[in-house]
Amino acid sequence: MNIYSCFDLNTADNFCQRLIKLSRKYADFRKALTDTRLHEIICLYIYSLETFTLDVQTLQDMARQIRLDDLKTVYRAKAGHIGGEMSAIDILTTLYFHTLNIDPTQPNKPTRDRFILSKGHTACALYTTLAHRGFIELDELSTFLQPHSRLNGHPNRNKVPGVETNTGALGHGLPIGIGMAKAAQLSGEGWRVFVLCGDGELQEGSNWEAAMAAAHFKLDNLTLIVDHNRLQQGARVHDTNALAPIADKFAAFGWATTAVDGHDIAQLREAFDKRSATAGQPTCIVANTFKGQGISFMQDKVEWHHKVPNKEQYEQAVEELQAAM
Amino acid sequence: MITDFDTLHDCRDAFVSTLENLASENNQIVAVCNDSVGSSKLGGFRDKWPERLVNVGIAEQNMVGVGAGLANGGKIPFVCAASCFLTGRALEQIKADVAYTHANVKLCGISSGMAYGELGPTHHSIEDFAWTRVLPGITIVAPADPSETKGAVEFAANHDGPVFLRLSRVGVPNIFDSNHRFVAGKANTIRPGQDLTIIANGTLTHRAFQAAELLAKQGIEARVINMATLSPIDIDTIVSAATETGAIVTCEEHSVHGGLGSAIAEVVVQQCPVPMKILGVPGVFAPTGSANYLLDEFGMSATGISEAAHQLFYNKGKKRIA
Ligand SMILES: Cc1ncc(C[n+]2csc(CCOP(=O)(O)OP(=O)(O)O)c2C)c(N)n1
Ligand SMILES: [Mg+2]
Repeated sequence: MNIYSCFDLNTADNFCQRLIKLSRKYADFRKALTDTRLHEIICLYIYSLETFTLDVQTLQDMARQIRLDDLKTVYRAKAGHIGGEMSAIDILTTLYFHTLNIDPTQPNKPTRDRFILSKGHTACALYTTLAHRGFIELDELSTFLQPHSRLNGHPNRNKVPGVETNTGALGHGLPIGIGMAKAAQLSGEGWRVFVLCGDGELQEGSNWEAAMAAAHFKLDNLTLIVDHNRLQQGARVHDTNALAPIADKFAAFGWATTAVDGHDIAQLREAFDKRSATAGQPTCIVANTFKGQGISFMQDKVEWHHKVPNKEQYEQAVEELQAAM
Repeated sequence: MITDFDTLHDCRDAFVSTLENLASENNQIVAVCNDSVGSSKLGGFRDKWPERLVNVGIAEQNMVGVGAGLANGGKIPFVCAASCFLTGRALEQIKADVAYTHANVKLCGISSGMAYGELGPTHHSIEDFAWTRVLPGITIVAPADPSETKGAVEFAANHDGPVFLRLSRVGVPNIFDSNHRFVAGKANTIRPGQDLTIIANGTLTHRAFQAAELLAKQGIEARVINMATLSPIDIDTIVSAATETGAIVTCEEHSVHGGLGSAIAEVVVQQCPVPMKILGVPGVFAPTGSANYLLDEFGMSATGISEAAHQLFYNKGKKRIA
């Protein structure tokens, strides 16, 4: 088949919008488009798919943009879990724009990597990331929490492309991740599974049942990322039901463990790329984060678990996030 | 009975103020929660008796088990959590450790029904009547206003055995005056009527009352019953309503399967068959929307209830109702 016949200009433009916007190649694409040099567009597109690695700077810019759009969305909807969203966004950005082998045009491709947002209350950050990655339209973010919107307060797989499973009740993601990793093992497939959970969430016993199973089943294709912001809903984790030392607990359960700065994208990239040197070992990455990261007055404050900024606070937050860009 | 429909109350306030009053007189009363001090409004309790608030963290199965152990040790634990996680996550603990063991545990399901609105079906608690109702020995109460909430909490503290208090955060008007005496297992007729009966509880009672006012304008006199206690159910009041008015509409902030409507139907079909209409969440996971939006959407606005009642009224006496 002649490759040129697969692409018309609209399709190409669509691809550009969805994927390439992010890469340094974006400007080249746009230029080629306006010149209607179809052949060149296709070559660039194929090139970009094959070499789609974004540098740290581009990933950081993307994370800032996602923070800003998340803030706007929460402010518009007058609800959300902004503290835990800000703490997770560098992790989500690194996963979706660097690590995960996924294709927004085929969200259910059987061999895709799987990601589970076990801390489902931060759905808005996931929606914003999915929108920037091309799974849904950016415009749709304005419907967040509106009557009959697909964008519910917690993610729904049957409505939103890119969502793997319906979360919102804490402590469900890791067992499901084990099933996904086991499925890859059974079918001899190479997909990887990533689960992001909260640190407070680890108080749910289901996680520890799963922790035992993951090592027992030798699931080295499974990575658990703990968003270790040291806060839960009503208080510090340490003052509620101390979990420390998290990494040592997982190590005792047979996992490979590392700790990283959860806001350092270079560190996150490296940690996510790596798999345990010991065959069969699942990996737990403790990402040290701050709730409300990026917005000074929210940072490390328990009350910003699900508070909504007022007008002045919103404006200040926008200013701070924009200044960082 | 209801004079002011516009001033709405969050029944959690009556819940905690009553609990604190009781706790100040009886130091065996303790509270158990799951990182839910704020949403259960237990901040005041914690400040007064920090050592009597047991916050186990985000761990509902543990929470209910701990409650059962505290009861065994002579305490009167009020186990407070979002109703969806309390009943859903810890159901086996509720069955084995609380109901079967007959432990003196007071399960307090906060923000039950559709209260969490936009947070979606993981947070909606529209199965909790069904799940708890099938377990022998749990008294289940869904109070309709602050006064009834106070009575229900006092009952729970004094009753020896498991209680499930199904509470909401959705605003409701005052229905009963402050002298109202709550009696577990006894329903209240809050509006007389002979043409048909509307039975509701919790946040739906005031909507049912308003529906009856709309029906009165159309010449239909509906009896309105507040059935706060779901289990044990008030059989006599149901049988009188069926035999005297000939048709029953039920409304609840719960699935149409297994809740108040089902409990009443179990009595009606076996003792006094009359046509019924069960209003509730119609066997679906709700779409995105606020609690009040979704209740209206599912036909439980005052108008929606009155229309369903109207239709049932004209179907009275028919062999089969479409
Ligand atoms: C089973 C269950 N219990 C309780 C809740 C209510 N809840 C929502 S978020 C939250 C705190 C989560 O804290 P953490 O896991 O540390 O998340 P983060 O700090 O990243 O927001 C709680 C208790 C829930 N969603 N699910
Ligand atoms: Mg946390």
